[in-house]
Amino acid sequence: MTVVAIQPHGGERPPKLVVEGLCKRYGATTALEASSLSVGEGEFLTLLGPSGSGKTTLLQLICGLVEASEGRVIIDGRDQSRTPVHQRDIGLVFQHYALFPHLTVAENIAFPLKMRGRAAAEIARRVTDTLEMVHLGHLAQRFPRELSGGQQQRVALARCFVYQPSIILMDEPLGALDKKLREHMQIEIKRLHRESGATIVYVTHDQEEALALSDRICLMNHARIEQLGTPREIYERPRTAFAADFIGISNIFRGTATANGALETAHGLFALPDGARCDDGKGALVIRPEHLHLGAEAGNSVSGTVSEIVYAGSETRIIARLGDGATLVLRLGPGETVPGLDERIVAGWQRDKAVLVS
Amino acid sequence: MSGAIAARPHRAGWRLPRLGPLWLALPGVIFLGVFFAYPVAQLLGLSLVDPATGAFSTATYQRIAGTDVYLRVLGITFRIAGYTALYSLLIGYPLAYWLARLPDMFRGRMLLFVMVPFWTSYLVKTFAWMIVLGRSGIINALATGSGIVDQPLALLHNEFGVMVGMVHAMVPLAVMTLLPVMAGIDRRLVQAAQTLGASPAHAFWLVYFKLSLPGVAAAGLLVFISSLGFFIVPAFLGGRRETMLAQLIITQIQELLNWPFAGALAAMMLATALISCWLYDRLFGLSTIAGGSAQVSTGRIRDLGLVILGWIAALAGKLAALTRMVLGKRGSGLLLPLVAWLTIAFLVVPTLLVIPLAFTSSQFLEFPPPGYSLTWFETYFASPLWIQATIRSFLVAFATAVAATTVGGFTALALANSRTRWGGLIFAFFLAPMIVPRIVIAVGLFYLFARMGLIATDLGLIIGHTVLAIPFTLVTIAAVLKSYDQRLDQAAATLGANRLRTLVGVTIPLVKGGLVAAFLFAFITSFDELTIAIFISGGIKTTLPKQMWDDMILQLNPTLAAVSVVVFVVVTVMLVTAERFRRTP
Ligand SMILES: Nc1ncnc2c1ncn2[C@@H]1O[C@H](COP(=O)(O)OP(=O)(O)OP(=O)(O)O)[C@@H](O)[C@H]1O
Ligand SMILES: [Mg+2]
Repeated sequence: MTVVAIQPHGGERPPKLVVEGLCKRYGATTALEASSLSVGEGEFLTLLGPSGSGKTTLLQLICGLVEASEGRVIIDGRDQSRTPVHQRDIGLVFQHYALFPHLTVAENIAFPLKMRGRAAAEIARRVTDTLEMVHLGHLAQRFPRELSGGQQQRVALARCFVYQPSIILMDEPLGALDKKLREHMQIEIKRLHRESGATIVYVTHDQEEALALSDRICLMNHARIEQLGTPREIYERPRTAFAADFIGISNIFRGTATANGALETAHGLFALPDGARCDDGKGALVIRPEHLHLGAEAGNSVSGTVSEIVYAGSETRIIARLGDGATLVLRLGPGETVPGLDERIVAGWQRDKAVLVS
Repeated sequence: MSGAIAARPHRAGWRLPRLGPLWLALPGVIFLGVFFAYPVAQLLGLSLVDPATGAFSTATYQRIAGTDVYLRVLGITFRIAGYTALYSLLIGYPLAYWLARLPDMFRGRMLLFVMVPFWTSYLVKTFAWMIVLGRSGIINALATGSGIVDQPLALLHNEFGVMVGMVHAMVPLAVMTLLPVMAGIDRRLVQAAQTLGASPAHAFWLVYFKLSLPGVAAAGLLVFISSLGFFIVPAFLGGRRETMLAQLIITQIQELLNWPFAGALAAMMLATALISCWLYDRLFGLSTIAGGSAQVSTGRIRDLGLVILGWIAALAGKLAALTRMVLGKRGSGLLLPLVAWLTIAFLVVPTLLVIPLAFTSSQFLEFPPPGYSLTWFETYFASPLWIQATIRSFLVAFATAVAATTVGGFTALALANSRTRWGGLIFAFFLAPMIVPRIVIAVGLFYLFARMGLIATDLGLIIGHTVLAIPFTLVTIAAVLKSYDQRLDQAAATLGANRLRTLVGVTIPLVKGGLVAAFLFAFITSFDELTIAIFISGGIKTTLPKQMWDDMILQLNPTLAAVSVVVFVVVTVMLVTAERFRRTP
């Protein structure tokens, strides 16, 4: 098996999967607005977004379960938009596994191989190998309903990996598992990805899961791609207030830009970071909690009352109430002095640590 | 606080025997025991007794086995019932599949096209086919009129006529049995199969069809068993060579008064029905009929089944590719809706054709009517015979509905609150009147009522109809109770041990919709019931279906069309109301 070194950017590899202006409408509702993205060979891309943002729709369009209203799906440089589902070399892991209840575990896993007309001996060997890979060798003759949720999940993964599709799509595969099992399965999926070298497009609701697994994250909202980038890029350079809010904790101040490079907000006039401009006059400043410190900073501070203090070992999180009822979160390192409850504080930040988003 | 509340029902409960809430089912059990199980058993016993000496004897069965005619009738009955099951499945499956894939809201509306034919009286449906298929019927009038043929086609009084009538009567039952199973199949399984490399044909046959098989078998079973006891359709649409077992039983009793012989024939019919059920239970498990999950078979037979499905899939795949080549992708996509709508037309149109005929100005049932008038409705309303029969039918149906809803309601309540294995047994017993052919129940009741002096009484009719209606009320109310189980339990717990207050204050308001629906279903069951009426409503005191039957035997006339329209309208209005109540509790 080839081991593909993890690279941060999809763009540096040959594109395995390209989606061009893909769009899906159901009558009056738009499930996915025209979207484009490119996924590199062996990349792990996560679609992350709130419910109804079009993640499942995008997966269904890629594998051909749903016909696109517009746009193209290009795999390995060939336009596959018109190829029927069963002829695209794509594996899909469903949210609730979709195991065949009338087939045993072994027969479930053999199904894709049988559909490809493989020889019986090869099927038997591959099924055994794959079952070993997911540590389920002893359950081969059971029926799906005789398995636990985690075991069913692993059968679903095995059924997908057994025929070695070059692209694997997973729709919230861990959504139905408890937290501990999720974390275990995340490691398992990571390992399968490494060992198979497959290109994976993964859907989740859960930002922590997205951060833990992905090479890149595709953030979706309101049937659109909101931002596409590495976890670090999205965390450090969110492009919209939604992106800043969805990944990590943010303090967001919305306002209107003034002529002299400042943003007028409900909490005062804040200086914009160097080079930042808002084109339409409106914008928001995002300041991560770790970039806030106690004490004023010229043009970059707010004042409020401490409403909660959360001690978490290496750091202390202070939550303060601002004038209009909004809250402010700031993080203090181990050595810093912690203010008292209900104490009035002033918090400031360095101008360049803030990010201006639309 | 919560401990005190939880303790009260326990204290109230410990003095009752372990049957617990199942006591509520007792009145129903006794009723069905006396008026269903006993007469049927007695009828079977009669077949094993020498009428002269009263000693045990198998002479009757020997006579059946030794007489060609009877064996032939048996053979015909099985053949017609078997073919009816086969064709009903072939026609019903695509329709059920199409319905199952519709969006929920749309499906509810489309379902009426199956429900209305299901509940439409067999007499009305048969009458409609006589008009459509007869020598001077609609099809022949069109065919000869347009010059396609010069001789009228022989469509009636032969096996073709019987099969059309039987399949038309049974497709709705097949569809309604298939639908819940199909609705329970996760559609993503088919998608999963396709992403795994299965062509649409393979995905359908290897996954969807395989998973729908328990429904197919259940539908086949129910249609087969129901068809065994048919006599209306073969009597009017068949010839002498299509005489079925039930007709033979009727003749034996009404004309020859040969009880042992009728009992033996009924026993054979019942035995066939029970053996079919037993086979089904072995293969699939009876619980699938009530919507439970099928047991998974194992071993050789299962492997063989999967291989056969693989062949079918491969064949179907080639066929589908061919169809696509001929019709294009669009065209082949329209095939299923087209088939579904054609089936709906087959189910609905013949009955609708009766309507214009009821308003004809002619003395004959010619199509299209030469002119329109209300003559035949006036005849109907002016005839004391028809009006008395109608009033009697309404009264009997009303009383039946009250009785059956009460019994069914208490039993459903008992079963919903019981966790013992007796519950399943009682449920099966209450559904048995649906499985045992009606003619067997009717003859058994006739024998019993003859000695109780209940022949030609309203009470006799009401009792008989209540036996038949109880399965429908129980199933309807049980379904509603099931979805309220939790709230019921909570309510019972907080109200303490006062069962009556729970019932009146909580349960009944919650299941009101189900109760009304059950009442209406029972009403319809009685309103167009013929089998029991033939035996029990004696002389001039007839019911509406019995009067129709007598008239149809004598001669077809436009008054029958008017009566059919009345029956059809009454049943349809009740049905649509029942459906509305069932959906919105
Ligand atoms: N078959 C359909 N018909 C009509 N609208 C649909 C259909 N499928 C999806 N939609 C709509 O398209 C939008 C996107 O749905 P989609 O299933 O892609 O969301 P999602 O991001 O996967 O959400 P979730 O996280 O809840 O799974 C939703 O508003 C949904 O209502
Ligand atoms: Mg989804």
